[in-house]
Amino acid sequence: MELSLGFHIVFAALGIGMPLLMLIAEGLHLRTGAVHYRELARTWGKATALLFVVGAVSGTALSFELGLLWPKFMAFAGPVVGPAFALEGYAFLIEAIFLGLYLYGWDRLTPRQHWLAGVPVAVSGMLSGVLVVGANAWMQSPRGFGEVFGRVVEVDTFATFLNPSWIPLAIHSTLSCYIAVGFAVAGVYAIGMLRGRDDAYHRTGLVLGMALGAVSAILQPLSGDRVAKLVNQTQPAKLAAMEAHFHTQAGAPILVGGIPDVARSEVHYGIHIPKGLSFLATGDPNAVIRGLEDFPVDERPNVMLCHVAFQVMVGAGFALMALGAGFFLVRRFRRGELPRWMLWAVALAAPLGFLALEAGWIVTEAGRQPWIIYGVMRTSDAVTPRTDVGVTLAMYTALYVFLAVALIGLLRGLAKKRLEAA
Amino acid sequence: MSLADLAAAAGVVAMVAYAVLAGADFGGGVWDLLARGPRKSEQRAAIARAMGPVWEANHVWLIFVVVVFFSAFPLAWAAYATALAAPLRIALLGIALRGVAFVFRAYVPHHQVESRAEDRWGAIFGATSIVTPFMLGACVGAISSGGLHVATDGVVSVTGTPWLTPIALAMGAAGASLCAWLAAVFLTVESEGALQEDFRDKARLAGAVVLLGAAATVPFTRAGAPHLWNGLVGRALPIVIAGTLAGGLAYAAVITRRYRIARLLAAAQVVLVIVGWAVAQHPFLIYPDVTIASAAAPDSTLRFVLWSLPFGLGLVLPSFWLLFRVFKGDASRLT
Repeated sequence: MELSLGFHIVFAALGIGMPLLMLIAEGLHLRTGAVHYRELARTWGKATALLFVVGAVSGTALSFELGLLWPKFMAFAGPVVGPAFALEGYAFLIEAIFLGLYLYGWDRLTPRQHWLAGVPVAVSGMLSGVLVVGANAWMQSPRGFGEVFGRVVEVDTFATFLNPSWIPLAIHSTLSCYIAVGFAVAGVYAIGMLRGRDDAYHRTGLVLGMALGAVSAILQPLSGDRVAKLVNQTQPAKLAAMEAHFHTQAGAPILVGGIPDVARSEVHYGIHIPKGLSFLATGDPNAVIRGLEDFPVDERPNVMLCHVAFQVMVGAGFALMALGAGFFLVRRFRRGELPRWMLWAVALAAPLGFLALEAGWIVTEAGRQPWIIYGVMRTSDAVTPRTDVGVTLAMYTALYVFLAVALIGLLRGLAKKRLEAA
Repeated sequence: MSLADLAAAAGVVAMVAYAVLAGADFGGGVWDLLARGPRKSEQRAAIARAMGPVWEANHVWLIFVVVVFFSAFPLAWAAYATALAAPLRIALLGIALRGVAFVFRAYVPHHQVESRAEDRWGAIFGATSIVTPFMLGACVGAISSGGLHVATDGVVSVTGTPWLTPIALAMGAAGASLCAWLAAVFLTVESEGALQEDFRDKARLAGAVVLLGAAATVPFTRAGAPHLWNGLVGRALPIVIAGTLAGGLAYAAVITRRYRIARLLAAAQVVLVIVGWAVAQHPFLIYPDVTIASAAAPDSTLRFVLWSLPFGLGLVLPSFWLLFRVFKGDASRLT
């Protein structure tokens, strides 16, 4: 399950980010008339189509899998998260319809109509993500329902949507999708340029990808700050695990790096920034932050995993932010020329955005353990009573590996084809 | 009608949309696999042209069905998923591989069409197009025939293998052959000349198979699902008669080359078959233990799902109309 979600996130992120890039490129084509923008939009449109299919099948797989692996969770949470999924269904339909129009409509619609047909693809792609995060936000801070004999009653539908976790999480995850996609796309074109294909097409692909990634990366810490404050309020145990914060204290320091030693409740080799955590989590440098010692042992998340994943996410995020800013400074300074070392840096940084995305998701989910619905249902109570879970898992793993391999092959083919046409 | 009944009706409407639209796409896969004769590759190209722009939108209706069911009837959904895990997994694998195979085949870069890579995707596409509707039909058979039991505490048990009973297999076969029939009829409208004649032949073949299959299902249904049978010859009888009539007339229209009329009638036939089944099956979601009322989510959730329908469909239906007008319309240009 975690594995399929991990895969699905990658496809979904691409499905959220690629249409936006495609629209930007086609919009620039409409404004300037330059052909290479349209070429990029076409290529990215095809990539979007491939990704949409894989995203759609992995999403369908997930919706079945939710029932297959977590029947009790679904029976319990279905009524509450249902509305978010129902709306997601509409968003998805719209996206599929307009993607069809966009992909096959190049010759059947006027350029302007065609561009407009792309808008709903990008918007509903983003909204689908936001709505799914809405369901996840409810698992993080469940609200708006009554429970009688283990069955949900009296759902307050709108409370699901007014969940305090939703908006901060949605912004954070949407931005991280744009970061991941922007830098990954830029990396692909940087590699092309390093191999000597230094033409307008590659340069534009690189710059557009970097622009999306850099703008999002610079905005991301603002949303990260809100999420941190939120986690402190709703799930203090998660915050403590992320920070490997063992002892409750006022003016808690923030920890950079370090290896948590759970058995002895201490951290080795970390750098402590005094009062940093208290300030970040509450805005008050002297506030009291609850440590892991405040929580019963069986309600603590995996500290090692959460802490390391959190460090990876933040580290990768800041590295990308610096790279994005550096890229545009260098480009400006050198009047559009890009030194090879910068191309290398972009190429090497290509996977970092996805790394940060996955790491962030691990923090969210692992940090909520042992709960599947925070404070309401434990993960171990939600899992299917069937004993052949292994079969399902093996099947899905095989399916995803197969999809990933085939997809990579085809995307490479797509990049190559364009090269030979040029 | 209670809220839960309305939600179930919404689910059936989505099922109908899925069956008519995506059903034809499944059928397209069947004919891709069975492409024969001198115009083999033209047949495949026509199928790909017809499906290309619309199949993904069509497929999403299934997600819609699933979402309506698990939001409005979470207990029933949990029971389906537990008891029918095997056929649902196969269907799911089929859906996944099929979509991927179709698109990947279209995108195998043309300069490297070592047709073997294309063929491999093609074979996957065709095989999964048969297996998937078969499995979905078998699941419908399983929940109609009383092989699934859900105790009052929600524990699910099965007698034997409910999706491998004669009636489930018959319904599976009916599902797959209806898809092939729909596709062949739809394709006659979207092709010309000799190719059109090819699809007409295929439609005649598939129509005959559907007819034989329907006749063969009768004894299995009487024996395997008496309550469903009573419903079909009872309160659903007018619908069953109308459906049979629509099917017969569609066949006649194919023979006399009135393809547009045939398309309309064949679609009507599939709609009526499903609605007939739903009316006969009412009020059970899983016969005999789970009814619409007993599995329903709280009223507030139902109300939300229902209230979202006019708004959501208000967006979706015009979009669909646009899609079909651009790619399936007579004047296929908007400009």
